Amino acid sequence: MTDVSMESAAPRGTLTTVDARTKKRNAAEKRFRAYGLTAIVIGLFFLVVLAVSIIRSGLPAFTQTVVEVEFTLTQEQFDEAESQLLKTKAYENIFIAALQSQLEQRGLNVAFDAAAIERLLGKTGGTIREYFRANPDRIGTPVSFELAASSRVDGYFKGRVTRDSVVDSRFLMVTDLDLVDALYDAGIIKSAFNWNFITGADTGVDNPGGAGIGVAVIGSFFMMLVVLVLSLPIGVAASIYLEEFAPKNWFTDLIEVNISNLAAVPSIVFGILGLAVFIQFMHLPQSAPLVGGLVLTLMTLPTIIISTRASLKAVPPSIREAALGVGASKMQTVFHHVLPLAAPGILTGTIIGLAQALGETAPLLLIGMVGYIARAYPEGVVSGFIDPNSAMPAQIYTWAARADAGFYEKAWGGIIILLLFLLTMNLIAIILRRRFERRW
Amino acid sequence: MSVKLSVSAAAIAAVSATSAMARDNVQIAGSSTVLPYASIVAEAFGENTDFPTPVVESGGSSAGLKRFCEGVGENTIDIANASRAMREREIAACAENGVTDIIEVRIGYDGIVFASQHSGPAFNAFVPADIYNAIGAQVMKDGALVENTYETWAEFNADLPDAEIAMFIPGTKHGTREVFEEQVLLAGCEATGAMEAMIAGGMSEDDVEDACLDVRQDGKSVDIDGDYTETLARIDANTNGIGVFGLAFYENNTDTLKVATMSGVAPSTETIAAGEYPVSRPLFFYIKKAHIGVIPGLKEFAQFFVSDDLADPSGPLAQYGLVSDPELAKTQQMVADEKVMGADM
Repeated sequence: MTDVSMESAAPRGTLTTVDARTKKRNAAEKRFRAYGLTAIVIGLFFLVVLAVSIIRSGLPAFTQTVVEVEFTLTQEQFDEAESQLLKTKAYENIFIAALQSQLEQRGLNVAFDAAAIERLLGKTGGTIREYFRANPDRIGTPVSFELAASSRVDGYFKGRVTRDSVVDSRFLMVTDLDLVDALYDAGIIKSAFNWNFITGADTGVDNPGGAGIGVAVIGSFFMMLVVLVLSLPIGVAASIYLEEFAPKNWFTDLIEVNISNLAAVPSIVFGILGLAVFIQFMHLPQSAPLVGGLVLTLMTLPTIIISTRASLKAVPPSIREAALGVGASKMQTVFHHVLPLAAPGILTGTIIGLAQALGETAPLLLIGMVGYIARAYPEGVVSGFIDPNSAMPAQIYTWAARADAGFYEKAWGGIIILLLFLLTMNLIAIILRRRFERRW
Repeated sequence: MSVKLSVSAAAIAAVSATSAMARDNVQIAGSSTVLPYASIVAEAFGENTDFPTPVVESGGSSAGLKRFCEGVGENTIDIANASRAMREREIAACAENGVTDIIEVRIGYDGIVFASQHSGPAFNAFVPADIYNAIGAQVMKDGALVENTYETWAEFNADLPDAEIAMFIPGTKHGTREVFEEQVLLAGCEATGAMEAMIAGGMSEDDVEDACLDVRQDGKSVDIDGDYTETLARIDANTNGIGVFGLAFYENNTDTLKVATMSGVAPSTETIAAGEYPVSRPLFFYIKKAHIGVIPGLKEFAQFFVSDDLADPSGPLAQYGLVSDPELAKTQQMVADEKVMGADM
């Protein structure tokens, strides 16, 4: 009896036996999971390709082929060089002569002359002059220098330049490479970690060996300072007012729509605005990190306002009601209870907004940050804001456009450094969120 | 929050107060062709003198001259770089804003070269007429003026390879385009007889010139608005592509590029200086005389730029690819005397 009723009650099978419709549903779910997994795999694949190509092209920028030579500068040579117009060239010639005589003493079995040595060396005069001007007591004593080799010799050790590819070049002869090999065996030419790339300033187009991104990092730092100091208070104040105090009417609706729109405006538009308002109308200095910061502030504000409003909304109304219920004023409610609870979300939004601003190039093109700008460290805090300086992405853009392949490599190296900064900022955002976020 | 707001307001006030302070570095903007040379000189100037290193911005000749003509004062630039001479219209715009005494300095010449992929077909017998036949909008075919339908170079010149036409030429915002039009397209238009045919067809002289500069729009000729690096990338991707480059850029990339000879002459600083290679143009910078004595180091920088140590054929500028000016001594004298444009020579 019971058997019969069981059978009639379960015409479409039981939980243990799988019928055709369940099979179909399960298959659909399986397919959907497979699609999702494929999407992630494709995404990861592109990420890996991107990371590998960036690292492969950029890592060579962190090493530099150097020529290590000990030589003595006499007082007469120093005075003679200082009396010239192009003093650095005079120092270079002294260095070349010293290297040449040392090589002749060593008796290398490769023919060479001063011109060949000159082709091997990068621009070295500036470093030598700076050193002896700072340490006049070292004149007359032997000093060991590690100076950058020329861009093509550097490329030879990094595989960028081969014996075949220098055939048409007037910057390096194929026979020079025999000398390079001999010097490498003698330990005079070697590869060294390029600290100067991380700490140095930009250089002229004929000196890729001396170029560094350090000054542009400082420029970016001052810009981010401006963005933080302006966009955080303005953005948070605007969101608190809109979220907690503003009446709901067509005017606040209009503002809301505009903020969402601004977040989607292409960044170059902010650059054009910045050029017209800050430089042409307000006469703020050209190429200054202050102006760059102001422009990026405009760009970052919508991001910060939107994320702040979202985190204010996420604070449960019961908290507000409890505070109001025990007699707190509206403002006390907001500042004592709502804002602290929303702070982690606000911070995360701010950091992500800053990271976005840090990598932005387009608006900086218009306010004069591209060219030969990041040429010296600022002298102080005020000078850091108003003296012409570049920023990391603008510096990368500048390098990528230069003729010498040595700069192209530097551009990729710059991308690695920029990515490291972005990664750190995003990591901080994630950690902050993990640590302080509360869920209800 | 209010504390932070007032802090930032104070910071802005402090900064704007100091921006009224005297500027002590020379500011330069303009042509991206002159930029490499200006950056070499600026770096050397900073290394060799006690003046701060000048700032050199990029942006193009026209944009640079426009900013140059915005007026006199510390928040305007001191020097404009240009890959062409200043136009009458620009001089007038300058004068309107009170920029009247301008010193024109010619720093040397830049060669314009045609180059293709290193492993691609060799182009060794170019004359301007070939370029015009390849990319002109209307060309002579069998004695008649027709729309350009040439597909390969060999169709109109048997000495050239049977390769598809693919030219990458500088966009109209580049100063290089003007030189390309005048010295290549116009010359080619005349040499092929297209110009004569157009005049015979009853066109006015201005219309003929415009028609000669018209470039075919069917994709065989591509305008490049970016830098030479963009042209290089396009050539890299196209075996038959021919791009227009500056001499210095080509010489720095001889491993990937192969140069085409023009009228049988290969471009080099020597052949251009001797006038054998036909396509070159002078490079200039313009100094605001009113800023000399106000901005420290301005005149010294200009003199340094054109000094024998830097600008003569053995100096670093020529090393990089600038064709030295044979009349350098005259230019040096002119800078020393601060002789302005329009003054009696």
